[in-house]
Amino acid sequence: MVPTSYFLILSALLFTIGTLGVLVRRNVLIIFMSVEMMLNAVNLSFAALARHFLDLNGQIFMLMVMVVAAAEVAVGLAIVMAVIRNKDTTNIEDVNLLKG
Amino acid sequence: MLDYAWLMLLFPALGTLIISLFGTRLGKRAVSILAPAMVFLSFVVAVAAFVSLLGLPVDERSREVTLWRWMVVGNFSVDAALLLDQLSITMALAVTCVGFLIHVYSAGYMHDDERVPRYFAFLNLFILAMLTLVLANNYLLLFVGWEGVGLVSYLLIGFWFEKPAAADAGKKAFIVNRVGDFGLLLAIMFIWTGIGSLRFADVFALAPQVWPAGSAVVGAVTLLMLLASTGKSAQIPLYVWLPDAMEGPTPVSALIHAATMVTAGVYMIARSAVLFDLAPASGNWVAWVGVLTAFFAGTIALTQTDLKRILAYSTVSQLGFMFIAVGVGAYAAGIFHLVTHAFFKALLFLSAGSVMHALNGELDIRKMGNLRVKLPTTYWTFLVGAAALAGIPLFSGFFSKDAILFAAFEKQLPVWIIGVITAFITALYSFRMVFVTFWGQERDRRLFNHAHESPRVVTIPLIILAVGAVLTGYIGLPAISAIDGWLAPAFHPAGAAAETHSVALELILLVVSGLIALAGVFAAYQAYMVDPDLPKRVRASLGRVGRLVENKYYIDEIYDMFVVNPLRDLGGWLGGVFDRRGIDGAVNGLAGVTGWLGAQARRLQTGMVGLYALAMLFGAVALLAWLATR
Repeated sequence: MVPTSYFLILSALLFTIGTLGVLVRRNVLIIFMSVEMMLNAVNLSFAALARHFLDLNGQIFMLMVMVVAAAEVAVGLAIVMAVIRNKDTTNIEDVNLLKG
Repeated sequence: MLDYAWLMLLFPALGTLIISLFGTRLGKRAVSILAPAMVFLSFVVAVAAFVSLLGLPVDERSREVTLWRWMVVGNFSVDAALLLDQLSITMALAVTCVGFLIHVYSAGYMHDDERVPRYFAFLNLFILAMLTLVLANNYLLLFVGWEGVGLVSYLLIGFWFEKPAAADAGKKAFIVNRVGDFGLLLAIMFIWTGIGSLRFADVFALAPQVWPAGSAVVGAVTLLMLLASTGKSAQIPLYVWLPDAMEGPTPVSALIHAATMVTAGVYMIARSAVLFDLAPASGNWVAWVGVLTAFFAGTIALTQTDLKRILAYSTVSQLGFMFIAVGVGAYAAGIFHLVTHAFFKALLFLSAGSVMHALNGELDIRKMGNLRVKLPTTYWTFLVGAAALAGIPLFSGFFSKDAILFAAFEKQLPVWIIGVITAFITALYSFRMVFVTFWGQERDRRLFNHAHESPRVVTIPLIILAVGAVLTGYIGLPAISAIDGWLAPAFHPAGAAAETHSVALELILLVVSGLIALAGVFAAYQAYMVDPDLPKRVRASLGRVGRLVENKYYIDEIYDMFVVNPLRDLGGWLGGVFDRRGIDGAVNGLAGVTGWLGAQARRLQTGMVGLYALAMLFGAVALLAWLATR
């Protein structure tokens, strides 16, 4: 059986990749995908730990996160569409109306 | 009947309410009938209460009527309750009787004014407040009436507020009275902390046990009351507002600033007789304040040329006589003079108003003369008033002033001496007014030809008051002195034995004061009829002293220099410098600092989402690190 630590290390790697993606990429859609990746990294660790502790709560929580993620995608993509319509760009740095 | 005494307050209250709400819709005519009618009903109730009080045995002639529980805070409780005893009913009778006559007179006098409803609303409110003051059964309710009459006084002095002089006089009266009110409030607090009740009956029963005679606290309480009385009753050092108060309509001067409100201080001291008996030193102060005020105001009255101002200073002077009386413990004599003064001074003011009316508002006596030809009724009523004021034998002022001087003679000889000199001065200036105004040659022919007698609504109250000004003296005939026996139990609830006076001595002094009054009249005749240059020669021989008196001892200027101007400068500094730089500076400075901080903080909001995300990451890491190492 694969040890739990492998899953957790993979999860951490995925999360780090996602975080870096959010931080360094400029394209809104890529950032969006990176966020999804972070969410799924967390899901992976939930699933792994649920298996490790033989506790179904982790799996249930994972399903919840997926539902929320789906909803978030719906809202997020709508926002992205609105931004594209208004600004004709997907570059995050051009969207800075709230600059102080 | 006594249980319905609250009706006395209800009628003027209703009058005030109706006139202030619907006065302009009712019209001048209806208002001029309604307002006097309300006061007349009050007067009827007062008479009924007086009669039923007379019907009771002497030791039951003090009844309290509780209207409602006013306030309860902890163990502090005050009722809105009336006290009906010999003193309060005497005051109520004088107030409602004189008040009614002046209301009637006002209906004629104010006829051409645009703001008749407002005027009568104020006048009814005044009666309400004054009755509250005299009928209250505790110091707090008395204070309510005290403030009420002060407010109405302010409103009515400044009734013609378009005139800057009237508006200023109103302000002056209000502010000067405030100084006195402060004293009364402090006195009430002292009484509450010392005795634990503000009800007169409790205070006077407990005071001799709580405060030993001559103790410091009771001295402070009585001196604070004296301060309050000097404000309301226009005594040294706070009398300065009363002469200026003559800017108001003449009936107001008669009612508020001569007959009733200004006597409130005398009433309060008489009411607090028990406390003043415990503090003989304060009594002396009262008497000396009174006699000095009487003397100085009398000398000022000699030099004034404005008819109403002469009367104003004579009011101050007569109030001084009342202070002498209550100061030497002759409370009944003080109240006696208060009542007679209410009649004859109201009469004098109303007659002066009639003169003023006839002469198109002219008040300078140097422009009058020989008016008895044109204004016979006014002349006779004024003459009666002046005779009563001067203390001519058989007129009311003669008996009441004599009662005061007799009491002073027994207790304080120096006070008596100055009092007698003042009585001479009083006779002198009273008949100066009569001779200069009504006798001799007319000085201003145009004014003289224009003069006409006032309508009957004005002269009838004058005649009634003239009758009163003669007759009220006979309630206090020496040796019989009905008013003395009537009032005495109100001042000494314990039933102290009445002092026995030497009747022979009293009669001798009676003759002396009669002669002094006649001498004053004779001097006035010499100075203003026989030898018109005499006053000028006297004036010239006095030199500097004369100038001092002519300028009213420069009291107004002294107050301006030491009180008004420093306070005004302080106010200017507070408003211009302290407020603008200090208060505004602090507030604006705080706003500036906040704005600066905000300007610095907005640099954090770069608009770069990546940066925000990075900050979030660092924050999350830091939070995790903190949780892990905790």
